[in-house]
Amino acid sequence: MEVPEQRLPTVNFEDLAMPLFDQLYNFARWLTQDTAEAEDLVQETFAKALRGFSSFQPGTNFRAWIYRILRNSFLSSRSGLKATVAFDEEDHDTVGSSDATPETLLLERSNREMVQQALAELPIQYREILLLCEVEEMSYQEIAETLAVPPGTVMSRLFRARKALRNGVESMQKPQGDRHGM
Amino acid sequence: MACDVGREKLDAYLDGELDSSEAAALSAHMRNCNSCAADALEGVQMKRAVAAAGKRYEPRARFREKITNHITTKPQRNTGWMWILAVPALSVIILSVGVALYVNHESARRQRVYSELTDLHVATLASATPVDVISTDRHTVKPWFQGKIPFTFNLPDLQGTEFTLIGGRVAYLAQSPGAHLIYQLRKHEISVFIFQDRGTETGLPSGTTNALSFNVDSWTQNGLRYFVLGDVSSEDIQALSKLLQDAK
Repeated sequence: MEVPEQRLPTVNFEDLAMPLFDQLYNFARWLTQDTAEAEDLVQETFAKALRGFSSFQPGTNFRAWIYRILRNSFLSSRSGLKATVAFDEEDHDTVGSSDATPETLLLERSNREMVQQALAELPIQYREILLLCEVEEMSYQEIAETLAVPPGTVMSRLFRARKALRNGVESMQKPQGDRHGM
Repeated sequence: MACDVGREKLDAYLDGELDSSEAAALSAHMRNCNSCAADALEGVQMKRAVAAAGKRYEPRARFREKITNHITTKPQRNTGWMWILAVPALSVIILSVGVALYVNHESARRQRVYSELTDLHVATLASATPVDVISTDRHTVKPWFQGKIPFTFNLPDLQGTEFTLIGGRVAYLAQSPGAHLIYQLRKHEISVFIFQDRGTETGLPSGTTNALSFNVDSWTQNGLRYFVLGDVSSEDIQALSKLLQDAK
């Protein structure tokens, strides 16, 4: 009898997916900014991933695979479409400049809530890449797989995202009247 | 940045994405360049700040349970070894098939009612507006139901107890309208359902039981069927039942 050589020992979906449950929820909540929508998104992701699990290649990156499902589900949702509409990376590159400010001082002073608020106010493309890099500690290669972009784009987008976050924190620390352009 | 090392490259270094020779060269450069060293320090602080700020949301236990139940491997896939356990059980079933059929029928009926009530309880608590009449005063909540349900009932005075009345709403069980009251005990919500006892859907045996990990108590009083359901202990459920039974 012929046994297919590539057949690996059965991988259990639950064993791979459940350890990522908390992080996936956290990521979904950051994307949607709403508890009910985040729960729906995670549920949809698990349902899709479970259905498509037979097409998942054992040995490849499960984490990037399931995050990609979550992200694609979000982008096709109503709030996802709204969040991504008319986003131009170059536009966001020109907002302010953090070079003139002593950043070390800024970030030392910044507290958790301030960074959270600045993160929440970032365009979705910047928020998600920062979360994947800093919270999920994904490599550029993994981020590229998750976002379906070339690794070079990961590097430049991260650069812009960090700059936008610095500007956000900085503008929060300035008195209201001082906020640039206002 | 005063020197020509780009910020992008410095970020990639801090992210551990430079190859070893580039990383070594940059590391050597930073020992002599204050500007790059300061930027690197700020970059590390920023990475830490975002990592800490980003770990912000935790899923609710109920949601975790729902997803786990959804994806857990169906039990029938592993039934092979269960025959060992099933053999003695099977003999008992064969001997008492008549009794079992009756019990199963009753149990299925009870489970169906309890599942419906559990769903109502969970769905109500998950709702943004769990109650339609919000009041801790029984003299506000009880009259609110007037004209909305075809019966009236008494609510207990909770003074000196740990229970608090949160409010109420109209609920339906087997197409019959009834009262759904929410009580709170040490941050746990307990649902009290009151329906007319029509002897069909609601005509279940009295007593405390466990449905889907919730404790449920049920009894008939003055032609009304009461259900007390929550994730607190059965003693707490019984304590609230007693208060309702003694309400005047």
